Amino acid sequence: MNDVLKAKDFQTDQEVRWCPGCGDYSILKQVHTVLPQIGLKREDIVVISGIGCSSRFPYYTNTFGMHSIHGRATAIASGLKATRPELSVWIVTGDGDGLSIGGNHLIHLLRRNFNVQILLFNNEIYGLTKGQYSPTSPLGKVAKSTPMGSIDHPFNPAALALGADATFVARSMDRDPAHLQQMLLRSHQHVGAAFLEIYQNCNIFNDGAFEVFTDKGSKLTAGMYVQDGQPLVFGENNEYGIRLDGFQPMAVQLGEEYSKDDLWIHDEKNIFKAQILTRIFDEQSMEGHLPRPFGVFYAAERATYEDMLNAQVEQAIASRGVGNLDLLLRGSETWEIEA
Amino acid sequence: MEIKPIDHVVIKFAGDSGDGMQLTGGQFTNNTALLGADLQTFPDFPAEIRAPAGTLAGVSGFQLHFGSHKIFTPGDNCDVLVAMNAAALKVNIKNLNPGAIIIVNTDGFDSKNLRLAHYETNPLDDHSLDHFQVIRIDVTKMTREALKDLTLSTKEKDRCKNMFVLGFLYYMYNRQLDSTLRFLEQKFHKMPEVLEANRISLNTGYSFADTTEVFTSRYTVEPASLAPGVYRSIVGNEAVAMALVAASRRSGLPLFLGSYPITPASDILHYLSKYKNFGVRTFQAEDEIAAISASIGAAFGGSLAVTTTSGPGMALKAEAMGLAVMLEIPLLICNIQRAGPSTGLPTKTEQADLLQALYGRNGECPMPVIAASTPSDAFHATLEAARIAVEHMTPVILLSDGYIANGAEPWRFPQEKDLPEIHTAFAPEQQEDTVFHPYERNEKLVRPWAIPGTKGLEHRIGGLEKQAVTGNISYDPDNHEHMVKMREARVEIIADYIPEQAIALGPEKGQVLLLGWGSTYGAMQGATQQLLSEGYAVAHAHLRYIKPFPRNLGQLMQQFDHVMVPEINNGQLVKVLRDKYMVPAVAFNKIKGVPITSRELVNAVIDLLANKK
Repeated sequence: MNDVLKAKDFQTDQEVRWCPGCGDYSILKQVHTVLPQIGLKREDIVVISGIGCSSRFPYYTNTFGMHSIHGRATAIASGLKATRPELSVWIVTGDGDGLSIGGNHLIHLLRRNFNVQILLFNNEIYGLTKGQYSPTSPLGKVAKSTPMGSIDHPFNPAALALGADATFVARSMDRDPAHLQQMLLRSHQHVGAAFLEIYQNCNIFNDGAFEVFTDKGSKLTAGMYVQDGQPLVFGENNEYGIRLDGFQPMAVQLGEEYSKDDLWIHDEKNIFKAQILTRIFDEQSMEGHLPRPFGVFYAAERATYEDMLNAQVEQAIASRGVGNLDLLLRGSETWEIEA
Repeated sequence: MEIKPIDHVVIKFAGDSGDGMQLTGGQFTNNTALLGADLQTFPDFPAEIRAPAGTLAGVSGFQLHFGSHKIFTPGDNCDVLVAMNAAALKVNIKNLNPGAIIIVNTDGFDSKNLRLAHYETNPLDDHSLDHFQVIRIDVTKMTREALKDLTLSTKEKDRCKNMFVLGFLYYMYNRQLDSTLRFLEQKFHKMPEVLEANRISLNTGYSFADTTEVFTSRYTVEPASLAPGVYRSIVGNEAVAMALVAASRRSGLPLFLGSYPITPASDILHYLSKYKNFGVRTFQAEDEIAAISASIGAAFGGSLAVTTTSGPGMALKAEAMGLAVMLEIPLLICNIQRAGPSTGLPTKTEQADLLQALYGRNGECPMPVIAASTPSDAFHATLEAARIAVEHMTPVILLSDGYIANGAEPWRFPQEKDLPEIHTAFAPEQQEDTVFHPYERNEKLVRPWAIPGTKGLEHRIGGLEKQAVTGNISYDPDNHEHMVKMREARVEIIADYIPEQAIALGPEKGQVLLLGWGSTYGAMQGATQQLLSEGYAVAHAHLRYIKPFPRNLGQLMQQFDHVMVPEINNGQLVKVLRDKYMVPAVAFNKIKGVPITSRELVNAVIDLLANKK
């Protein structure tokens, strides 16, 4: 039965209501492509979202789903996963939903390490409320509520997730289907909270925010795809690389002075290097900027919350026996009144 | 020495919040309960964990009313006051009966304590206490003296003062020390010297009372003529916690609690976290919103899901409650009320969240509201709230309050087999090619509980308005109106599945119906009994179901000339009654963070009848 599931089996009969040209269409397509590959039954998958354009996602995916309230998908997923650990739980959120109104629940879910996937669609703008700046909008962003430019310092979502002790942190984008599918698969394979930031173009309110990373002419120098165990290289022909000078990452040209052996070798399990890697977040307009990394920055094992919770329940039953309600109701001291 | 039987007595233990008065009161309560007397308690403590020593704000009190007949309240005024310092005397002196016994720790009346309590002269010397019976004991000195051979620090020795006082009272009321000795052994078995110090202090207090000549007689209270059976002592929060476990057992659903610590609800979280061997999963969330949201997630997954909080937490949970109403999933929201608004008086009691429970959400957002009336009733009310949540697929609000939560009374506890069963049925698997309609309803207007993992039931739900039957998003105007009315109707139909309202005490018709809800129960019973004995045609009815009201409530009220509604708020239930039934109900309100007394109600009813004549 499972091996015959196809992408179209995960489509629903609901009319998709995103704006034509929205990056969400691509993400939906990649998720529908990946879901049949993970070998789960449709009924064992739950997609939970908050509020925002991205949060319409559950209606378009033929699994169990909940389109909840603003910012709380992470908290709702926590309760579901705590009680139904066998389900595959996917959280779909955005930069406003996940990092602004729901920022608190996001960091707490990450530190607790529930085994869920968090897909954070980052378009650096509020779409559903029609164009206000978001917590990831760059400084100076002119938007509906910032006519003179935003004075809010933006979040770096990957660094934030790592700061909250996420056990899996990765970044991908809507316009690179192959990479996005790979990152979705990796997120699912990870046991623990997988935080996947997905750059997503809002062609209505923030068109081209990530163009530099997707445009043929610039994407190989502005972006850098990292792979475990491989040196950090970028450029049209991988002619550049990143080396670590102490704690300082530096871009170098490969050739006479430096070879691949001098470069930073990516190690997904190294928390210290992951912190430097996620901190590579230069504005692409900046002189001497470093390329924006994409890929899995950090992936480590840590016990999940639900496993530890259920282990405590089992331990309590093993040491005290299954609870006896009559003894509980009776308490420690009783007295009798005779007829 | 003569042993004098007395009918009932009210004792108040009062001291600094570090003096251990709550523990002392709790021990005396247990000891009293074991004798078979009926009782009610009222712990009254400051919000600060250790308020500045010796100050009026730092006084912690524990009031116990026990007797050989049915006891309804913790007592209006005290017959015995234990005052560990001057501040404790100052705070409580206005609530003493004439001729009351005051046991004072003279060490707590030095110049510093007198200054902190704003006494200009020492009340022990200025004859202001002449109409009371004052027993002076230097508890500090005597405790230190008794423990002089132990190596504990003076500070540690001083912590045993409360045991000296307890021993003294045990003698006074002709008690055995066993129950407290057992308690001490359990509590301090890892600290033998502390255990020994407490034992010595308890015994010294007892012996001192025996050898001193302050008493002419000792007192004894005969067992109350309660219904035959086996009893235990119960506090409201523990009753709620046990009822949740019972509901889990009777429904066959695993219990999940999402909660964030808040006074006075936190103890429910503490209790349940100890019940893991009942399969209970507790989740201390990062905030109130996460607590209810996690519970919604657990309910979606098929657990008996609960969140516990108090007023400020209710305010934060409001949006998520709306989601639960839209999703039509079972969820129990327990509000252990405290005095508000905002942070208000966190450790004081109030019933001012009723209108919030009924109306405090955006949109037309009805949900059942159930109220507990006493510590033992909290068990049955909680179990009933859980039954309604599960059997009617709806979030339910359970209202308790600080007075019920921390108060104790004897409880003839039930057995599991006597508890009602809670009927649960998850929607069954179906063929992949059959369309599943998540909002199709049965005769109770209840939709199926279709939990993830069930083949063929894949569906999407959320906070957006739903099309009837299919559950798909719908912006259709007629559908919205239909669904708003449907959500109201499915709460109202619950009235067909609950008992009719009964009269708790008094005639079926008469002059005045005292109609209340929540923790005013005891005071209303006491007042009604008093008024009946004085020949008034007065009855008491107490609501457990506030939304929906029992079907016969309107008719029941019509049998009386007047309806009086006592509440610890500014008049909330009375508004709802007037709105729904157009009755000229009279409000009686007290909003002081303390319970209404029977005496106040008796006077109010007599005044009402006098003025209406």
